Amino acid sequence: MIPASFEYVRAGTIEEAVAALREHGDEAKLLAGGHSLLPLMKLRLATPEVLVDIGRVDAMKGVCETDDGRLAIGSMTTHQDVMDDPLVREHCGVLAEVTAMVGDAQVRHRGTLGGALAHGDAASDLPAAILALDGTFTVEGPDGRREIAARDFFVDYLTTALQDDEVVVEVRVPKLDGDWGWRYEKFSRVSQAWAIVGALGLVKRTNGTIEEARVGLTHMGAVPVRASAVEDALAGNGPDAIADAAQHAADGTDAPSDLNATSAFRQHLARVLTRRALEAAAG
Amino acid sequence: MTATEAPTTGHVGQVRLRKEDARLVTGRATWTDNITPAGCLYMMVVRSPMAHATVTGVDVSVATDAPGVVAAYTGADLADAWQTSLPSVWQVTPDVKEPPHYPLTQDKVRFVGDGVAVVLATSRQAAVDAAELVDVTYDPLPAVTDVAQALKDEVLVHDDEGTNRCYSYHWDSGNVDEVFEQADVVVERRLINQRLIPTAIEPRAVVAQPEPTGGYTVFSATQIPHILRIQLAIVCGVPEHQLRVVAPDVGGGFGSKLNIYAEEALALALAQKLGQPIKWTETRSEGYQATIHGRDHIQDLAIAATSDGRIVGFKADIKADLGAYLQLVTTGTPMLGAFMYPAIYKLEAHDLTITGVFTTKTPTDAYRGAGRPEATFAIERMVDELAAELGMDPMEVRRKSWIAHEEFPYDTITGLTYDSGNYEAATDKAMALFGYDELRREQQQRRDDGDTTQLGIGISTFTEMCGLAPSRALGSLNYRAGGWEHATIRMLPTGKIQVITGTSPHGQGHVTSWSQIAADALGLPYEDVEVLHGDTAISHKGMDTYGSRSLAIGGYAVHEAAQKVIAKAKRFAAHLLEASEDDIEFADGTFSVRGSPDAAKTIQDIALAVFAAHDYPEDMEPALDAEATIDPENFSFPHGTHLCAAEVDTETGRVTIRRYVAVDDVGKVINPQIVEGQVHGGIAQGVGQALYEEAVYDADGNLTTGSLLDYHVPSAADLPAFETDRTETPATSNPLGVKGVGEAGTIASTPAVVNAVVDALRPMGVTDVRMPTSPQHVWEAIEAAQGGAA
Repeated sequence: MIPASFEYVRAGTIEEAVAALREHGDEAKLLAGGHSLLPLMKLRLATPEVLVDIGRVDAMKGVCETDDGRLAIGSMTTHQDVMDDPLVREHCGVLAEVTAMVGDAQVRHRGTLGGALAHGDAASDLPAAILALDGTFTVEGPDGRREIAARDFFVDYLTTALQDDEVVVEVRVPKLDGDWGWRYEKFSRVSQAWAIVGALGLVKRTNGTIEEARVGLTHMGAVPVRASAVEDALAGNGPDAIADAAQHAADGTDAPSDLNATSAFRQHLARVLTRRALEAAAG
Repeated sequence: MTATEAPTTGHVGQVRLRKEDARLVTGRATWTDNITPAGCLYMMVVRSPMAHATVTGVDVSVATDAPGVVAAYTGADLADAWQTSLPSVWQVTPDVKEPPHYPLTQDKVRFVGDGVAVVLATSRQAAVDAAELVDVTYDPLPAVTDVAQALKDEVLVHDDEGTNRCYSYHWDSGNVDEVFEQADVVVERRLINQRLIPTAIEPRAVVAQPEPTGGYTVFSATQIPHILRIQLAIVCGVPEHQLRVVAPDVGGGFGSKLNIYAEEALALALAQKLGQPIKWTETRSEGYQATIHGRDHIQDLAIAATSDGRIVGFKADIKADLGAYLQLVTTGTPMLGAFMYPAIYKLEAHDLTITGVFTTKTPTDAYRGAGRPEATFAIERMVDELAAELGMDPMEVRRKSWIAHEEFPYDTITGLTYDSGNYEAATDKAMALFGYDELRREQQQRRDDGDTTQLGIGISTFTEMCGLAPSRALGSLNYRAGGWEHATIRMLPTGKIQVITGTSPHGQGHVTSWSQIAADALGLPYEDVEVLHGDTAISHKGMDTYGSRSLAIGGYAVHEAAQKVIAKAKRFAAHLLEASEDDIEFADGTFSVRGSPDAAKTIQDIALAVFAAHDYPEDMEPALDAEATIDPENFSFPHGTHLCAAEVDTETGRVTIRRYVAVDDVGKVINPQIVEGQVHGGIAQGVGQALYEEAVYDADGNLTTGSLLDYHVPSAADLPAFETDRTETPATSNPLGVKGVGEAGTIASTPAVVNAVVDALRPMGVTDVRMPTSPQHVWEAIEAAQGGAA
């Protein structure tokens, strides 16, 4: 449990972080809350030569409303601060609810939203939530800032669209206006463990029908996925359409097999959990 | 917490807060890893990443030159350090294969984690870095990962043995063929008792230090300092009197620290070689490879009964995966269950075969219960299957077949004598507490409603044999050690006492319980008793702590030593009171003359008078100290009735324990809170096997559950509030009337939970769910029963 030797650089600003990344290239890793990276380093599964600590960059912390009516959440905001934030709770309660199911209390007080997302682990809960929310990532590199849609951000297993010299500065999510309901069905082996499968159902209700449904699935492939066949089947229908629609939850997924579940069982779980999440969200 | 106020006498049977805890919960314990002698070198073991390979070269030259490195050695370099192989203590059959097992291998690696070299450095960091620089070349051989494959002997783990079959043991009694032929019903099943990894909170650690006066001190996170001392003396060739072994605070063991490990021998051998202290502490992932595993049996079982549900016969054909080498009790662990397959039932015939098999996996050995959980799981699962076959209530089948309380002492078909028990009383109490009939009604309702969440009720009316053990019985089984225990009581001049025990607690609370026993026996305040243990320089004699033996034997020894102190003190009292010894009475710490209540001396008065030694009987030494070595006349046989109500989500396969009721009979109780703690922890560990834990190897012999990320140990959040109660049927094999309790919960709970899971799913056609009864396994069982293609 002793990491290989590494150099430590503390960035005081976003610019310093970008500069450090630029200098060290793919030999450097950003250190946010450390709850994904440090265990990998202790097991020597990751051996970065340089750690760029962005834990004290205050400009990357906190939540504000943007001019275009969304919420911008600083990437270094801890999970606990996301959960407790009044703007998040008022306008995007689903994010607070999913975040509350990340890890355990210690993880939530140290781990950060941006860190968890930039790690790109399809087994972690937040990527599917940001995907279902059609969130975006504001990233900063040597050439300035750009915005990446969540659907483009998660590229492959532990791989994102982030370049080696880019930093996730903030994550933007919409304010959920209207009558939205949601439920995250997280299915794990023991409490506080990673999801075997997670299904986030997010439903906009209008006069007893489902105006819009979104389903984000955790751990159903190398990247978080949307169950678009389910979403399409539900738009404009009543809640009684959920059971049939949820049968398509695993369509087009490439669910992995591992010690906890075979691919076939994951697909089965995705269907069951999607149905339960949507029924709760629509109810 | 419900600690009662301490009365002046009568500590036994009362809750006393543990004397141990203030230190432990305020971070003032001394774990082995806290011990860092000046000039100590950190040892890192270079381990095989391959399950099975010929070692074609080990080059430590680059590592030796690395910063901070003092030395690095290969197996060949240290070959002369060993006087003998690491020990295997139980010759279970005359022809058992006992291949040599040295701390570092030379010819082949036989499991992932097998040690091939060591690096010594001035810091832990330097040692870890340098270990990566040791260049080992391997010529891969096929892994042998299951017993069926191993028994083909196509790939041999130990070439010189010519077979992977370590031993076969067969024993039957009664007319097996006739009983099974004439039985109205015979149910057969293959059950898998999966491989488990003990997870003590404190990893293993060892520090070996040369002493300036000659000799060595070894500090080790061990359950067995006394046995370790003898065995290390033999393996490393250190004269026994020049070797002191200390078990400092030890954070749990569950059998995983009941061993003589390669790293302990390496640390001592390297301290001898270099004349410097050597320190090693395992990481969790390292421990998961290099510390023993438990269970891993395939059980082919058959139970025979009459049509009205009376059990008449049981057959068990056990294939035990021993892993790559024999550790201390690897061969014997299945044998510890061999006598318990008939459990509480009055069988007419019993047939048992155990085949121990070498594979290229981590060695298995004793893990909480050691053989008895496997046997209990087998019989208790099969009784439920029999009941289902007969369409009877599973408790009804048990009632028809168990030993009635008036039949004790009872000689079992496997040759044991159960001294006492009352299965009816424990069961009646458990059934009432559980609300059995009400839960059965709810179960029926859910079945009728086709509820997606079904309710199952699981029963385990277990017994076990523990308190290892009568030495003659162990000798007759070719176990190469005895089962006695030792205690000394030192009377200090002011009437305080020191109790020195040969048991070696690592979480059990012996300091508290032994204080209660000694305080009551001698009529002393509880606070006036100090208990010393775990250091061979203080406790010169002992057989240590495992197999739920400490109280029934070690506690008995404390009691016996106290009786000897009283006998001596009585003679001093008679002398001082100028009375006949026959007229001296002893009660509540005071010796008085019968009929003259004013003529009295307290035990403290006597202690001081004996210390002064101005006036004492001519034929006595001026001392009250006493010691006792107790060899018990029998094992102890705790029993109990555990009832589990489990909800099974038939869509997701998730099992949730809703109620868990345990009524245990562990005989007389010294400290109810400690007993309750043992039962709670024990149940949790057994639930871990039933629902969560499994050590998984891939086809190449890699441990894929190599850390706590993948090996699922349940936490409090995963478990219900256990409801516990007791009946007290005293053991007759010791004057305290006590039985063991350390393993009972673990032995009992696994079948209770699995029986509940299967019971919930039985209407769907399910007759077994492989452990752990994970969502995947539950779903597979449902799909298979319904003809699906899971």
